[in-house]
Amino acid sequence: MIKCESLYKSYGDIYAVNNVSFEIETGTFLGLLGPNGAGKTTLMRTMIGLLEPNKGEISFDNMKMQKDNLEIKKRIGVVTQHINLDKELTINENMIFAAKLYRINKDKINLEITKTLKLLGLYELRDRKTKKLSGGMKRKLMIAKAIIHNPDYIFLDEPTVGIDLNTRKEIWRFLRQENKKGKTIVLTTHYIEEAEQLCDLVMLMSDGKIFKEDNSKNLISEIGDFKVEYNDTEMYFYNSLREAKIATKNSNKIFSISKTSLEDVFFHYTNKKVN
Amino acid sequence: MQIKTILWREWRFFLHRFWKITTSQLVTPILYIITFGIGLGDKLEVGGQPYLFFLMPGILSMVTMRNSYYAVSMRIMLGRLNDRSFETYIYAPMKMSSLTLGYLLAGTLRGLYAGAFIFIISFFTKRAIDVSFALVFMLVLNSLLFSAIGFIASMVVDTHYDLSRFTNMVITPMSFLCGTFYQVSNLPKIFKWVIELLPLTHTTRLIRRVSFGYGIDYFSLLIVLIYIFFLTVISIRICYREITY
Repeated sequence: MIKCESLYKSYGDIYAVNNVSFEIETGTFLGLLGPNGAGKTTLMRTMIGLLEPNKGEISFDNMKMQKDNLEIKKRIGVVTQHINLDKELTINENMIFAAKLYRINKDKINLEITKTLKLLGLYELRDRKTKKLSGGMKRKLMIAKAIIHNPDYIFLDEPTVGIDLNTRKEIWRFLRQENKKGKTIVLTTHYIEEAEQLCDLVMLMSDGKIFKEDNSKNLISEIGDFKVEYNDTEMYFYNSLREAKIATKNSNKIFSISKTSLEDVFFHYTNKKVN
Repeated sequence: MQIKTILWREWRFFLHRFWKITTSQLVTPILYIITFGIGLGDKLEVGGQPYLFFLMPGILSMVTMRNSYYAVSMRIMLGRLNDRSFETYIYAPMKMSSLTLGYLLAGTLRGLYAGAFIFIISFFTKRAIDVSFALVFMLVLNSLLFSAIGFIASMVVDTHYDLSRFTNMVITPMSFLCGTFYQVSNLPKIFKWVIELLPLTHTTRLIRRVSFGYGIDYFSLLIVLIYIFFLTVISIRICYREITY
């Protein structure tokens, strides 16, 4: 279980994380959803120990980050938003480096690397220098490095940003498998579809605060499963298609009826778009 | 164990860039040897000896110093500010003391590697430097000290320009002023005092005396050890500043 209690993190006068508290059960696939600047990355970097909070506590299975950081870090895998691979090294060397960093037994290193690279479709390219890989390959390698030590918790900060749809779906498939193995996954994203498809718990974030948390279905149902949009300006939500149709029956305006998305939920509460 | 991980990574990096590293580190010392050594070496005398004889240990000192400094500072700076690969150490279960010592050792080895070429070049100049344990030890101290300076500099800068300015303002003047090319004793007193405060003056003195067979200057050795101790402590502390827990 991950527990964050009254977390604050500021940059000067601006609070990027402002009094955030939550608990995540083991095995949860959590999505932190919000537009750029909402505080998702800062929150994640604070959780994994890259940033020190001004106030508040973070604990993993009752181990406090302030006290047991080395123990906690052994159980965390991290994929940062930016590519932070060693460009001069090959895929295999990057993996060996990660394996050594997480103190994987010498006898097991090759086995674990082969297994992980095969899972992510990088095995055939293992001797290629990282700087010669495509964006999608680099992202996959970042994920491979993050899971080489079989962590209980995987943190991914916008892991599919800037990559093609096929690779993105491959990564989604892989993350789902890891989650099914019982791993807790925390993902920040501003891709609505990503959060809807993958996460069983979504936290909506804006201005450093989490203002709503539930699964996608409940978040949508809470405001209404169907959306009627007039002239692309006014938006109304209804619990059923029938209700939406009745509401628009005598309308003179141009309207459209569609299923409500998390983007709409976000807009409904904040008047801001995620993308 | 973790120190070995850093050394392994830097070793792989070195192998991938072997020719680039090797050739680039040879250019400057060869130019100095040709210009000051072979060109002027037989015409000038320092302390009753040909200038080339005096010059060689100075170049050895300068080359080990510059290469260890650059090896560490460039790698850390690029890792922190460019590809941000340095971050991987921070969220991994890595002790910052191991991280620091790993990089200082890697820098030391790079300094020694560069120094080895000066030994080889000296064989072709009729002024060969005799390799001894004491001389290698002094080179290790020199490389370690400047690896630490490179580490600290690259950990505190915010931009490439800052590091470049530090190198231009501190490292380059030091490499010329600290007795690498001339005798510090010839300087006016006021300059001499300032120069005596700089670490390269002492490492150069140690290297030169040992390579001439004059024995160890224990005062300079003490100064160098004090420098290394404090710079290593500062390096580790700065590294802990990067990690927030």
